[in-house]
Amino acid sequence: MLRKDLFRRPKNEPEDYGRYTAKAHPDIPGEMCVLCPSCKEILFTGVLEDNRYVCPKCGHHFRMNARQRIDMIADEGTFEERDGAMHSKNRIGFPHYEEKLKQARLSSREREGVVCGTAKIGGYDCALFVMDSGFMMGSMGTVVGEKITRLFEYATQNSLPVVGFIVSGGARMQEGILSLMQMAKTSGAVKLHSDAGNLFVAVLTDPTTGGVTASFGMEADVILAEPNALIGFAGPRVIEQTIRQKLPAGFQRAEFLLEKGFVDSLSERSGQKEQITQLLSLHAKGDLT
Amino acid sequence: MSAIDRLAAARAKGRPTGMDYIDNLFEGFMEMHGDRRFGDDPAVVAGIARLEGMPVTVIALEKGHNTKEKVKRNFGSAHPEGYRKALRQMHLAEKFGRPVICFVDTAGAYCGIAAEERGQGEAIAENLMEMMTLRVPVVSIFIGEGGSGGALALAVADEVWMLENAVYSVISPEGCASILWKDPGKVKEAAECLKLTAEDLKTLGVVERVVPEYDGDLQKICGELRADLVETLRKNRRVDPAELAARRYARFRRIGAD
Repeated sequence: MLRKDLFRRPKNEPEDYGRYTAKAHPDIPGEMCVLCPSCKEILFTGVLEDNRYVCPKCGHHFRMNARQRIDMIADEGTFEERDGAMHSKNRIGFPHYEEKLKQARLSSREREGVVCGTAKIGGYDCALFVMDSGFMMGSMGTVVGEKITRLFEYATQNSLPVVGFIVSGGARMQEGILSLMQMAKTSGAVKLHSDAGNLFVAVLTDPTTGGVTASFGMEADVILAEPNALIGFAGPRVIEQTIRQKLPAGFQRAEFLLEKGFVDSLSERSGQKEQITQLLSLHAKGDLT
Repeated sequence: MSAIDRLAAARAKGRPTGMDYIDNLFEGFMEMHGDRRFGDDPAVVAGIARLEGMPVTVIALEKGHNTKEKVKRNFGSAHPEGYRKALRQMHLAEKFGRPVICFVDTAGAYCGIAAEERGQGEAIAENLMEMMTLRVPVVSIFIGEGGSGGALALAVADEVWMLENAVYSVISPEGCASILWKDPGKVKEAAECLKLTAEDLKTLGVVERVVPEYDGDLQKICGELRADLVETLRKNRRVDPAELAARRYARFRRIGAD
């Protein structure tokens, strides 16, 4: 590939929404090699792909986009997307929001920051949502909130467990108070799903912060977290500015939350599908023998 | 009045705080401390009182008036144990069939090491979930600042009312200006863009009522609030508890659903 192509931004709306593949992720550019940010090893992208985007040397978990996650976790050919055509409007007239959205659509090839649908995992039916850090850092605006709410409502009506892969910078500032209200709305949908006796498994991935941590991120029956994922309410920079001191190493990482009692278990990608399948199996309805 | 002026008024020194409203609106307030899990957070005041004879649970985010009080109350920024104390009192209200009245005045939930260690996100999340299905009437009144998730954690209510100079926002205008525009000088623009005034929020369908401030006459404000509270709570007490919770969910459900 010619170097200059790397810096060229496509000008038109993509026609291939949801068809993004491994090489197109911002963290893994369309190049032969990539540097592991943790151990500084130079890795072939092919090797990384085959290893579920985990560094074979140090175990660093690279970020993945929503489609890669779905391919990794859902049984082949079972994912059926729901509400895939929904897209955001500039509801409060926030300056330059339309441009931001367009850029996000072009770079992520998704219409919004979460992909929702139904799938089988290890043979078990479930509702599945996967957030995408490539779309405005998975921030929650009204469409993200609405899609997740609809998924929980569908799962409640159909007595399905929900599996959610979470990555988010929090509420989306450009939608003002309306994005804050999505925290309450999604929490209500999670509560009704829960009160009906259904399972919700959340997998917190790097990073999970702000209004998403303070709503459905922390409301699951089982909370898994990928190794070293940053998980918190306030971001580390905000805390450092508030308390005017450096944060200790490992603060707000998945292992720290495990130690403090806010995560049930770590979830390495190598065993993730098996781990989730086992949870779905243990909570399967009408299977008490 | 512009958004930035409202923001200044909401944060102004000498503005009545949660305790002032508690003292003026209710009879015989008994404060109840502690979350039974970690400690007592002075940024949240909770207890039981009477409103025109009716027992009610009252919860307030309290900033304090003078420097000593403000430090004690952590300037109204609660830790997880503050939200858990509030939730404990709400569950007791549910058990004994008392309506809940919350007063919101906070720059936001506290951002610090201890708050994160004890699960600030989890504490707020649990309040959002539990308040949504609480089987008693809930009214939240924004009396000053309403800072993001830390305010929402006491505002999953049947009705949300705001004083005319109170503000409610997903992020402070300062935070918005510096994160989005990398320019802390653009606070005024951010305050406009965020649509954080009571009037804007009523237009957006996020609050039911804007309460006039009568040039800061607390007696007059409380007179109006008392009458409105009695009317709303009496009305909602007659609603079947399951129906009440369903209406509360529907209230939030419609936001961003079109």
